[in-house]
Amino acid sequence: MDAFTTHTGTAVPLRRSNVDTDQIIPAVWLKQVSRTGFEKGLFAAWREDPSFVLNDPAYTGASILVSGPDFGTGSSREHAVWALQQYGFRVVVAARFGDIFRNNSTKMGLLPVILSPEAVETLQKAVEADPATEITVDLGAREVRATGETWSFEIDDYTRWRLMEGLDDIGLTLRHADAIAEYESERQPWLPKTA
Amino acid sequence: MGRTLAEKVWEQHVVRRADGEPDLLFIDLHLIHEVTSPQAFDGLRMAGRPVRRPDLTIATEDHNVPTVRGPIADPVSRTQVETLRKNAAEFGIRLHPMGDAGQGVVHIIGPQFGLTQPGMTIVCGDSHTSTHGAFGGIAFGIGTSEVEHVLATQTLPAYRPKTMAIEVKGALPFGVTAKDLILAIIAEIGTGGGQGYIVEYRGEAIRNLSMEGRMTVCNMSIEAGARAGLIAPDETTFNYLKGRPHAPEGEAWDAAVDYWKTLRTDDDAVFDKVVEIDAATLTPFVTWGTNPGQGAPLSSVVPAPEQFGDPIERSAAERALEYMGLTAGTRLTDVEVDTVFVGSCTNGRLEDLRAAAEILQGRQVRTRTLIVPGSMMVKLQAEAEGLHEVFKAAGAEWREAGCSMCLGMNPDTLAPGERSASTSNRNFEGRQGKGGRTHLVSPQVAAATAVTGKLTAPADLV
Ligand code: SF4
Repeated sequence: MDAFTTHTGTAVPLRRSNVDTDQIIPAVWLKQVSRTGFEKGLFAAWREDPSFVLNDPAYTGASILVSGPDFGTGSSREHAVWALQQYGFRVVVAARFGDIFRNNSTKMGLLPVILSPEAVETLQKAVEADPATEITVDLGAREVRATGETWSFEIDDYTRWRLMEGLDDIGLTLRHADAIAEYESERQPWLPKTA
Repeated sequence: MGRTLAEKVWEQHVVRRADGEPDLLFIDLHLIHEVTSPQAFDGLRMAGRPVRRPDLTIATEDHNVPTVRGPIADPVSRTQVETLRKNAAEFGIRLHPMGDAGQGVVHIIGPQFGLTQPGMTIVCGDSHTSTHGAFGGIAFGIGTSEVEHVLATQTLPAYRPKTMAIEVKGALPFGVTAKDLILAIIAEIGTGGGQGYIVEYRGEAIRNLSMEGRMTVCNMSIEAGARAGLIAPDETTFNYLKGRPHAPEGEAWDAAVDYWKTLRTDDDAVFDKVVEIDAATLTPFVTWGTNPGQGAPLSSVVPAPEQFGDPIERSAAERALEYMGLTAGTRLTDVEVDTVFVGSCTNGRLEDLRAAAEILQGRQVRTRTLIVPGSMMVKLQAEAEGLHEVFKAAGAEWREAGCSMCLGMNPDTLAPGERSASTSNRNFEGRQGKGGRTHLVSPQVAAATAVTGKLTAPADLV
């Protein structure tokens, strides 16, 4: 995955809560066996409404999504992350995220940033007032900066390091192949096998 | 200090622990289906990595499969299923394809084979993996990158979630089911209430549930945002498992049961959060909105958005009512339904079909009614008991096993504006078909609704 250090861009305000992954990418899009082409499916049903915020030309080229709480709840489909990234988003800001979505994002290098509901509201108002408002998301400093204000966000050291280095989890785990083999040799004999 | 059940199971699976890093957790069972796996197998191929433990991995076809006999008509769905077949063959993974007696919804076949056992770690590229926690293990859904990780290493790096106890005090009143209970719990704590937690369901009402009811409860843990849900194993668990194809036998069985009996939360253990629910106050429950937390007793009315103090909840309710085509104050029992769906990993097991059949026996349905067994085995058992004859005589459609209208990836969908009473787990906008409107209900309410054409409690049938 691509490393993430600092990103500055414009933002789209998504004034909805409980943005489940079925909305981010509807199930018909999950039939694909490739990893590309999901940008067309992003918010497919909502985008049919001409007044939906992503259809507003003022927000063309935005790379940060600022959403209401409980973004990415529901289905585990990583396609939701792929769709957001392929559409051009690098960061999603919300007060709360679905756990699986948040995990999937950090595996792919899409940064989920948790801010307080008040900070989210301030950011949404700022970009609604001026869609050209630039927001900087600084992973090194764990800060979001916009309109002269600064908000800190939390992310654990390990995930931050992995994102900043753009590291592949599998490669990291395979460094501990010996520990895995040792664990395997001590498992209870009755545990089921599929084959 | 004592430990909770979730902590015990977690500790048992830590392969490696280092300061400032997530634990590396061993995975005892990895379930695979066609939708979330193709890109993971591609990743393995690109990196030249094998599947580390094909013997701890099992695959089935469920999301795309048609529930009428015959091949898959949609070429894109067909390609996805064929891709799984190729991948399973190439990497040596046991697969239960369409038509096979072991095929079915991924969360139904694991328990049915006895592969889901107490104390295990189980993952699948599917959020309802929480179902398997009903046996007293830690089971959770993962994304495709993590599927690839488990295939390659049989482990996952993860931070241990916090622990929450949901104590269900007292007994469920007659006619109130596991589904009503979990819908009421989600309405109480909200769709984000479980975020960051593993939930242990406890208390008399939980202990009194059958394994199937426990699976229904744990299944919907994710709808409260929880990473996983579990229930301590007991005699009900052991009786369910005994004699299943992959359950231990003889001395191994005795050794396993001795260990399983230790899998309970110590009396002096402390949960990070405790929620208490009074079972005696519960009645049949339905959803009126577009997330599983937007639910209410079936005997009540569609709520008014102004009832919600929180502005975000209020606007969510406004949007939901508009999408659902409902007016505040309407009695829920006056809501007319076009389609009834009985099935899914929440309520597609034999007990659920028996409950629906008991109500449909000698009655006629007024709606399109789809009865979709969760697995081929469930289908065969139901047919052995003659349940299919009851359904057909009532005018319902008896289908082949699969996910079906739970998510409408196959041809079983709602048309725009169509309204369903569904025993599945998600009432999201468009979940059962674009523009479709979903009310989540128990199998009993689904069957009674099919009879009257309006949301109905079985007790109100004449
Ligand atoms: S039945 Fe529904 S919820 Fe369960 S695995 Fe299938 S699609 Fe997912």
